[in-house]
Amino acid sequence: MTNTINVRAYSFILTGASGFFGSALLLLGLIFAWWVVSTAGWVSRVFLPSPQATWGSLVEGLKDGELLAFTGATVSRMLLGWLLASVAGVALGAAIGLSGKARAYLQPTLEFIRPLPASALLPLAISIFGLSPAMVLSVVAFGAMWPVLLATVHGFASVPAQLQEVSRCLQLGRPAYAVKIGLPNAMPDIFSGMRLSLTVSLIVSVVGEMIASQPGLGQAILLAARSFRASELFAGIVLLGLIGFVSSSLLAVCEKRFLKWQKS
Amino acid sequence: MIDHVGTRLMITLRPWWFPAVTLGLFEWYARTAGKSSDAIAPPSAALAGFVSAVSDGSLLSATAFTLGSAALGLLLACVLGIGAGIALGLSPRAARLSFLSIEVFRPIPSVALIPLSMLMFGFGLRMEFSIVAFACFWPMLLLSQAAVLQVEPRLLEVSQVLGLRPLQRARKIILPAITPRLFVALRLGVAVALVVAVTVEIAANPNGMGYAMIIAQQSLNPGLMLAWLMWISIVGFAINFGALKLERAVARRMGQSA
Repeated sequence: MTNTINVRAYSFILTGASGFFGSALLLLGLIFAWWVVSTAGWVSRVFLPSPQATWGSLVEGLKDGELLAFTGATVSRMLLGWLLASVAGVALGAAIGLSGKARAYLQPTLEFIRPLPASALLPLAISIFGLSPAMVLSVVAFGAMWPVLLATVHGFASVPAQLQEVSRCLQLGRPAYAVKIGLPNAMPDIFSGMRLSLTVSLIVSVVGEMIASQPGLGQAILLAARSFRASELFAGIVLLGLIGFVSSSLLAVCEKRFLKWQKS
Repeated sequence: MIDHVGTRLMITLRPWWFPAVTLGLFEWYARTAGKSSDAIAPPSAALAGFVSAVSDGSLLSATAFTLGSAALGLLLACVLGIGAGIALGLSPRAARLSFLSIEVFRPIPSVALIPLSMLMFGFGLRMEFSIVAFACFWPMLLLSQAAVLQVEPRLLEVSQVLGLRPLQRARKIILPAITPRLFVALRLGVAVALVVAVTVEIAANPNGMGYAMIIAQQSLNPGLMLAWLMWISIVGFAINFGALKLERAVARRMGQSA
């Protein structure tokens, strides 16, 4: 489903410069409307700062390094958690997906845990590990592992019957089957799982920073809101949006390169 | 004969082995090595916590709050998202114009709006359901737009031949054609809504299941905390299961959605 969305997004980018120009104009129009609403005072300044105040806070925060450090902390937490989640998710998912027996015993439990919000594990993790950076990281990794794990299980379990027969004819051993047949077959699933898990890791990182008071954008925007510094709050939201945008675009580009062989 | 029944029983019991063994080990560990711990409690203590939450009514009220705000946010997202999605699907020009704005606002993580919503609405229902609505709006918008784009072209030709006006066309041709796909989007939205609602409660809003869980942790009542964790996963599983059943029932009645 997310795939349909992505394909769509690309087709729109490819509609060319004129389409891009028009949509850029609309975005500028929206920012102009924001400026009008905030300067005319239709909405209280307490929650809606003007665009220039937001820009000012953004530039100032990045210049004196504070906001930059917070951004760096959040990004590294997100990436590290995501990498741990991807490695663990693919390894566990391959082990479960390759064995029909393991699936029969474990998959119902996995499906039961799937809808559980990752952030619901934060209280448990706090009571076990305390309020530490490692606690937040472990919840990020555990929460983000789920989409990758389930997608990998599906990818390894759905190898077409013909390919399974081929591998039997070639007398491939288990490790060879996993690497040469299972992994390539699971690659598209793994990628879409990893895309989802990148979003999850950003969300859990931010929530973790908020409730465990770890330095990062999550804590920064919560403190800004508590002390009614709306322009700093908006600067933080802009940065978080930017992190989400850049990371998902980069991943989409990687996915396109890695999965090129599939289309041909 | 007995052997046959035995194998069948083994097969039906297979999914239960892993949770049963895990819970048993956890119970044993919590009663021996972790006995003096404030951080963990055996599953039997969680069961006791669950019973106490049922009997003092907090289970019902917290669950109702979380599900209510998730449903309200999802409803708002459905109305706005499906409306906008159909409009963008029908008009390629509108889709091109709004493309950049959508791509700029969509990646904002919903939790980043928790402090803003706290500032605007204070704690309570409005704060929570507005964030849920934001989070669910994007998938509803994009999936309903994609659904309209996949409507059989001949149906659109029919509407042209009949000379239907745009509003009539949307109501009589498009909406029935995309309904199965909208229920796919709804199932996705239900999952997102529940996750976001609980997350908002854990991060800030002092209401609902998420808050009850974090309060149990802070008052060093690990049994009650685990009871809430189990309850949240049961509720989540049941609701997602229900949404999936609904999606399939609609697909059976109104045609498959590929």
